[in-house]
Amino acid sequence: MTRKLNLRIWRGDATNGALQDVIVEANEGEVVLDVIHRVQATQMGDLAVRWNCKAGKCGSCSMEINGKPRLACMTQVASYGDDETITVTPLRAFPVIKDLVTDVSFNYRKAMEIPAYEHPKELAPGDARMEQIDVERSQEFRKCIECFLCQDTCHVIRDHEENKKSFAGPRFFIRIAELDMHPLDTLKNRKRTAQEEHGLGMCNITKCCTEVCPEHIKITDNAIIPMKERVVDIKYDPARMFAGLLKREKRN
Amino acid sequence: MSGVFSPGRAKIKERTLRTDKWWLEPAITFGVLFSFVIYATFRAFEGANYYKDHLISPFYSPCLSEACVPEAVILGFAPVSAEILNFALSPALIILIFPLGFRMTCYYYRKAYYRSFWLSPPACAVAEPHTKYTGETRAPLILQNAHRWFFYAGLVFNVILTYDAIISFKSVEGEWGHMSVGSVVLTLSATMLWLYSLSCHTCRHTIGGRLKNFSKHPLRYKLWTRVSFLNHYHQQFAWYSLAAVAFADIYVRQVATGAWTNFYFF
Repeated sequence: MTRKLNLRIWRGDATNGALQDVIVEANEGEVVLDVIHRVQATQMGDLAVRWNCKAGKCGSCSMEINGKPRLACMTQVASYGDDETITVTPLRAFPVIKDLVTDVSFNYRKAMEIPAYEHPKELAPGDARMEQIDVERSQEFRKCIECFLCQDTCHVIRDHEENKKSFAGPRFFIRIAELDMHPLDTLKNRKRTAQEEHGLGMCNITKCCTEVCPEHIKITDNAIIPMKERVVDIKYDPARMFAGLLKREKRN
Repeated sequence: MSGVFSPGRAKIKERTLRTDKWWLEPAITFGVLFSFVIYATFRAFEGANYYKDHLISPFYSPCLSEACVPEAVILGFAPVSAEILNFALSPALIILIFPLGFRMTCYYYRKAYYRSFWLSPPACAVAEPHTKYTGETRAPLILQNAHRWFFYAGLVFNVILTYDAIISFKSVEGEWGHMSVGSVVLTLSATMLWLYSLSCHTCRHTIGGRLKNFSKHPLRYKLWTRVSFLNHYHQQFAWYSLAAVAFADIYVRQVATGAWTNFYFF
């Protein structure tokens, strides 16, 4: 069944822009990206939109649909009411390039700041063996498709541009957690740098990153809070303080 | 201009374009938590109506003040003076910091009150009103890291409140083997507090989350999976336990004032 859909699309660039109304046909089973493509094909030939796989696995078509950070290829038109106008805008935490396309290079700079996995020196390449139960926790984080919806919704940088210098964001906290939980990683100071260099302490656990994750990674419960607890281990734990272990762990 | 209105970002004048009722959840959370705070403050300062016939309110247990009703004191241990600087100190005020601290620093409640009280942010993708934000990096919010201290204290409180629940299975005359509505209420309150504590993120971390090699610690891994299961429902346990404790206090108060009669099943 085909229906007429009221769509509002933000069009513009870094200097100016506005929401523009269009009426477009939407067929049964279509997603928002489909109707954006139809608008592009029939009414706005120069509409810029980033997309790739149309299967929720490449993370390219991140945008905000009725104010919520979402993947356009995974958002069913049918999930909105017949009379409802669907408003699509670019991600509002990052600089816009054109129309629905934003400059997400902030995330790649942050990725480069995270120290890589450090393999044990005594273990030759190919000799590493791990039990499944040791890998499972990290595997959840490897599902990340780098759509950066979590980064977009995180109010630490979304609402405070100045924090971008000192805050890596949820996507990179799961990267740090993945490495810190890795049984073979030998880099010792991930917990301390997570807090002191990557801004873990800026996170106030409001869980928006978890809410928007299209891969349903429990970013807050399984990565950020465990990392905060690991920081408590080395800096604020009463039992360890009394045991005098704090000093020894500082050297790590 | 900062945040979503920063130079270079898409120029959109609305703070949010969300069309759903995003304000409803923080509004309800605010209403419920604020009501609890008002009631708990009133009860903490009341200093009366907290004990009747082997029922003690969780707000007043352990009762450590010399001003406590003798029957409410555990093993005669009441080391705190009834007055400090000529100010009559309610027994609840002596112990309140521990359950209060545990809930204030709880990872779930942090989400709840940062959103509903501090609007930081009020909801996802809704611009917050603050111009500066430093999170939990400096005082006073860096004290959120004390959650583990309160967790340990909370476990001690749970043991004491469980003892209170067991004591409530006595008749008015002090004979064991009886059960009243009060016994059910106190048992439910203690049970919910245990579930709230055991599902806590700190508990999950302490029991096994801090390990790098689960395979080398099979018992702790098994416990970690159990606590992880409970942790999934931590938010629910946070609310259920709050409601259970509040109702337990209301029930004991009503019985102590004579407004309600504690019905015995047997």
